[in-house]
Amino acid sequence: MFIHRHSFTVRHSPVVPARAHGRRLAAFVLAPILALAAAGCSAGGSNSPAKADVGADDTTPVTITFWHGLSSAHEVAAVNAVLAKFHQKYPYITVQAVSGQTDDKVNQAIRGGTAPDVASSFNAANVGGWCASGAFQDLSADIAADHVDMSQIPQAVQSYTAFDGKRCTMPWLADTFGLYYNKKLFAAAGITAPPKTMTELAQDAKKLTVFNPDGSIKTAGFMPYLGTYQMVTEHLVTSWGGKWLKPDGTSNVASDPAFAAALTWQKNLVDWFGAGKLAKFKAGMGDEMSAQNAFETGNVAMMVDGEWRTAFIKNDKSDVDYGTAPMPVADDKPELYGSGYVGGNVIGIPKGSKHPAAAWKLVKFLTTDTDAVASFADAIGNVPTTIAALDSPALTLAQDPDFATFLEVFKNPATSTTPASPDGGAYLTDFGPFAEKWQNGQVPDLKAGLAGVDKQNDAALKLSQ
Amino acid sequence: MGTLSLVTRAARRPPGPDPQTSPAVRAKRRRTRIRILLFLSPWIVGFTVFLAYPLVMTVWLSFTNSDMISSPHFVGLRNYRYMFSDDPQIWQAVRNTGWLMAVMVPAQVLFALGVAMVTARLKAGAGLFRTLFYLPALAPPVAATVAFVCLFNPSSGPVNKILGLIGVHGPLWFDSPVWSKPALTLLTLWGSGTMMVIFLAALLDVPAELYEAAELDGTNPLQRFRYVTLPTISPVVLFATVTAVIAALQYFTQAMVASQTADGSIQAPPGYPGGSTLTFSQQLYTAGFTQFHMGYACALAVVLFAVAMVFTVALLRRASGFNTEEATQ
Repeated sequence: MFIHRHSFTVRHSPVVPARAHGRRLAAFVLAPILALAAAGCSAGGSNSPAKADVGADDTTPVTITFWHGLSSAHEVAAVNAVLAKFHQKYPYITVQAVSGQTDDKVNQAIRGGTAPDVASSFNAANVGGWCASGAFQDLSADIAADHVDMSQIPQAVQSYTAFDGKRCTMPWLADTFGLYYNKKLFAAAGITAPPKTMTELAQDAKKLTVFNPDGSIKTAGFMPYLGTYQMVTEHLVTSWGGKWLKPDGTSNVASDPAFAAALTWQKNLVDWFGAGKLAKFKAGMGDEMSAQNAFETGNVAMMVDGEWRTAFIKNDKSDVDYGTAPMPVADDKPELYGSGYVGGNVIGIPKGSKHPAAAWKLVKFLTTDTDAVASFADAIGNVPTTIAALDSPALTLAQDPDFATFLEVFKNPATSTTPASPDGGAYLTDFGPFAEKWQNGQVPDLKAGLAGVDKQNDAALKLSQ
Repeated sequence: MGTLSLVTRAARRPPGPDPQTSPAVRAKRRRTRIRILLFLSPWIVGFTVFLAYPLVMTVWLSFTNSDMISSPHFVGLRNYRYMFSDDPQIWQAVRNTGWLMAVMVPAQVLFALGVAMVTARLKAGAGLFRTLFYLPALAPPVAATVAFVCLFNPSSGPVNKILGLIGVHGPLWFDSPVWSKPALTLLTLWGSGTMMVIFLAALLDVPAELYEAAELDGTNPLQRFRYVTLPTISPVVLFATVTAVIAALQYFTQAMVASQTADGSIQAPPGYPGGSTLTFSQQLYTAGFTQFHMGYACALAVVLFAVAMVFTVALLRRASGFNTEEATQ
């Protein structure tokens, strides 16, 4: 089994001097390496400036590929339905949709030169990286050539779909976050209205929590443990109006008191439960995107979540009696009540798209056609991203008071998002481990810890420059 | 083999007058060289495309700011400076990878050797038990990891339920920063069937007369293991250790899947819980494939390659010294 190393020794022929023989062999091996190196390793070489795609009037039949991340059966069916409408309008363009794709796969396909013609993402934080690197094509020229009225897209939404002056993606519906609460459990605990401040949220959470005889959690009033479903720092600090980055793009978490205040509130509630108990309870919670979701099963009384949960609750046939409200806000920031965190789904044309003209038609249709936007938002229970679609009668969800909450949050001028950065929002990824250490009591000095995060984020940002 | 015999034949040619002058001989020699290169070409192509080129490019990219989408530009040693002084996660990743090498590798080698020794001695049902112990190695790592996380779920998993029946308060396993790596080690032990089979083959190859001679000399089982079994199978133990060390240095899939499954989200913070399962390879993946820092990821890969080389050379040297010492005794 084990190969003795002497068995690799090869004797050279005395006819060809060993050194010359070695040189020729080395040249033979190195030549293709250098040739490959000279060919470059990036996908397609230099970035071309934005220009309108030629062939806009070309009606030659074409098939384009479209990768999206939606995977639930009702969501995939909704995508196929809106694509059928597109095919009706452009019969010569056939769209091959591939569901359940992730950003990492899209990046790798672009790098490998096998990118789809159109790709979408749930993660607007990646827009910075895509625009800065040229991974997604600048759509400005197409927008100008087709006279697309960008004013129909709210300013906040426009901001997270472009980066550094480059509009490399368009918004394809938005996710808006708020509070879901279980009305039955509220009534049992004698709570008459959803909390409006974070102090009220903590008080209600304690009232609603039920422990088992062995001390473990049976029903959690609210899961303060960061990393549980949508309970993440970016959704939490919005209630304090936290700003992640300074205008120059450097990290702001130590300078902005919102972060220390939010984390202190969160840690106090974690300590009330016990971090170990919360970790155990979290491990037993059902899959977030399934009918076993702990809110849908009544094991969690309140949770922060996106508007899509209304559609999930309906599709899962959950019998949870629930209501929705804007997220409670910090006691000293009452003016923020009614706003929330908005995260966007984005769509664009990756570098290497083989049919960019047809791809642009699809992107334009999905993001600006009022009926397409409103009907798709209605089908998957997301917030539409054009003003016309928000007001469209086709948006029947607007009549559902639980969904209407999110439309109001979306329209609120104080509603905010996490800014794009050229490294795909690495400042958020790197905050995760810090937040985990914090809630497990491994950060003795919060201010010093946050200052350390700033330093690390700024150093990481320099890697992209 | 064909190439080797050609070279050997050429080497055995008797000395004669200087053949450089004859065009016919030169032509023949050229044909021989071309033939040699043709025989070597599958290796040369494979080596060039799958090893040399990626290696050269990785080293070059480690000195650049590259996202593998736009053109890279040279930044000198900046990536290496960032790695050693600024990366917030790297030392955690190094510690975790070091833990796996220091604890998981010896545990795996000892466990596989122990199981191999037991199954080698079995008189009845040897085939059945060898198959049973080997079977887990056939499970795809992702599926096996997901299954383990479910089995060890502190809230609903059967492991803690069984422990509870005997009065043991089970830990949080994959949800605990302290227990996540031991849980991964258990997963590795469960799946170490391939190493067990290699040890088994080596153990069955130990000449029976050596044991008989040792028994006649009045040795006890421990002495027989120390002075007969171990020296005979030591090349195989070395092979297993070197490959396990390299596998630990590149440990990725199980850590990543366990972290995401235990957290319940593919957007789990790297190394959940508390960075305890963040390995060097995961840090490399995050930098290169999600944060557009492919230049930095290449710098991490270069360091990983260098460390793997150092460990391999050190282990081989240590072992060759051990063998020589044994041979002289």
